[in-house]
Amino acid sequence: MTIEMMYQEVILDHYRHPENFGKLENPDVVHKEANTLCGDAVEIQLKLNGQKKISDAKFTGSGCAISQSSTDILLNSIKGKHISEIENWDKNFVLKLLGIEISHMRLKCALLPLLVLKIAVSKIRN
Amino acid sequence: MFDVEKVREDFPILKRKIEGKPLIFLDSASTSQKPVQVINAIKEYYEMHNANPHRSLYKLCEEATELYEDARKKVAKFVNAKHPEEIIFVRNTNEAMNLIVNSFAMPKLHNPSEVVLSVMEHHANIVPWQYLRDKNGTKLNFLDINGDGTLNLGQLKTNHDTKIVSLAHVSNVLGTINPVKEISKIVHENNSLFVVDGAQSVPHMPIDVQELGCDFLAFSGHKMLAPINIGVLYGRKDLLEEMEPFMRGSDMIKEVTLEKATWNDIPWKFEAGTPNVEGAVGLSAAIDYLDGFGMDDVRKHEKEITAYALEKLSEIDRLKIYGPTDADIRGGVISFNLADIHSHDLATILDDFGIAIRSGHHCCQPLMKRLGIPAAARASFYIYTLKSEIDALVNALEKSKVVFKV
Repeated sequence: MTIEMMYQEVILDHYRHPENFGKLENPDVVHKEANTLCGDAVEIQLKLNGQKKISDAKFTGSGCAISQSSTDILLNSIKGKHISEIENWDKNFVLKLLGIEISHMRLKCALLPLLVLKIAVSKIRN
Repeated sequence: MFDVEKVREDFPILKRKIEGKPLIFLDSASTSQKPVQVINAIKEYYEMHNANPHRSLYKLCEEATELYEDARKKVAKFVNAKHPEEIIFVRNTNEAMNLIVNSFAMPKLHNPSEVVLSVMEHHANIVPWQYLRDKNGTKLNFLDINGDGTLNLGQLKTNHDTKIVSLAHVSNVLGTINPVKEISKIVHENNSLFVVDGAQSVPHMPIDVQELGCDFLAFSGHKMLAPINIGVLYGRKDLLEEMEPFMRGSDMIKEVTLEKATWNDIPWKFEAGTPNVEGAVGLSAAIDYLDGFGMDDVRKHEKEITAYALEKLSEIDRLKIYGPTDADIRGGVISFNLADIHSHDLATILDDFGIAIRSGHHCCQPLMKRLGIPAAARASFYIYTLKSEIDALVNALEKSKVVFKV
């Protein structure tokens, strides 16, 4: 793996120009997680319709290109999804979505938004 | 005569390759690499002298005890403590700070007592004091920094309630060398006590606790060529004698009955349980190694590298350096950010070049907030750092800009 394979145009683009950055007016659920080791933080806000499908999603946070772009890319594919679909998302799903190679040390960066989403969804369930 | 090329031959790890490239280790402020002399001393200890010190009457135990106590004497001499018993072996600087807070400050400092710290402190010199504040209502006052990353000493206005001033000698982010002698004078004129966090200074420059006039000094062995998990708390004898133990149990007692226990003399009063002989032996060998050059030469080499790195890094477009730009008042630590590249990404890209730097908040979240940044990259140097490694760093930073299309 070369370093350029990790920092592809798509990653840099989502890092510098995230489409889903910001806050929702009346979110149904908000959850934030920080990677205690490195300080990266991601907060995701979700809005649902009556059928427990995601109608809107936004995020705020600070951190590396991997964690921030991974969040933005994940939120791009979340709209219209039922929460049970999100419950089935796993590491491989995220990595496939990103379409880049990630070194072992940086996996936790890429998977930070998945962790936030999982907890947010469990909050909805409860 | 200090010869960096010869020094490097003593460090086996520096021959390692990372992804086929020579290792360029620029993270000595986190932990230093170890010379073969330290590694061999530990090996010899286990092959020849291993026993539980202070306990038994056979030969090995006598040797292990002697090695452990000789290490204490060596540390005392290294920082010019008046008495060897003023040296307490702990795990690291962080534990030393907890010892001071729990054993010295907790029983004495109540509301309206005040402790002065600064925004540039490592979490190890903040969080234990917050515990004191929460338990006792002790007030914490934080000195700010100036625009150039030096300490705002104008804010150091001690008063009757100021009992302790606890500051880093050298900042692990800004590299700032604080004028501890000057501060010590101000602190003592007010009859307050001065605690120095020497984690980033003791490994890198001559330290004389009597000349400096500090009441406590904490530092870690692993940042000065010794193994991980051996650290030192120096404390003035009269203060240590009046303090309660930190940990209780074996070895720190004189006599135990079912009803009560009486405490051992200092320093053992503060060293409960089987001590870290391996660590003390390693630290002793590390001090021998450093003394072979003399700490003046260690500082001289690092200052030269730091000045060179400051010059070369400041030539990089869109690179922002934090802290003083004058190597006279700066230790071998340079934190920076490059354009909009997050420090974790920078560290990952540099790793691809075999270059090890630290990224993130450096256990200084309040300082990061004060600087208005979420994180920073940090390169730090030691006796084995080469100018050519700084050139390699600069080259890799320029290439990082290409990767990130800056």
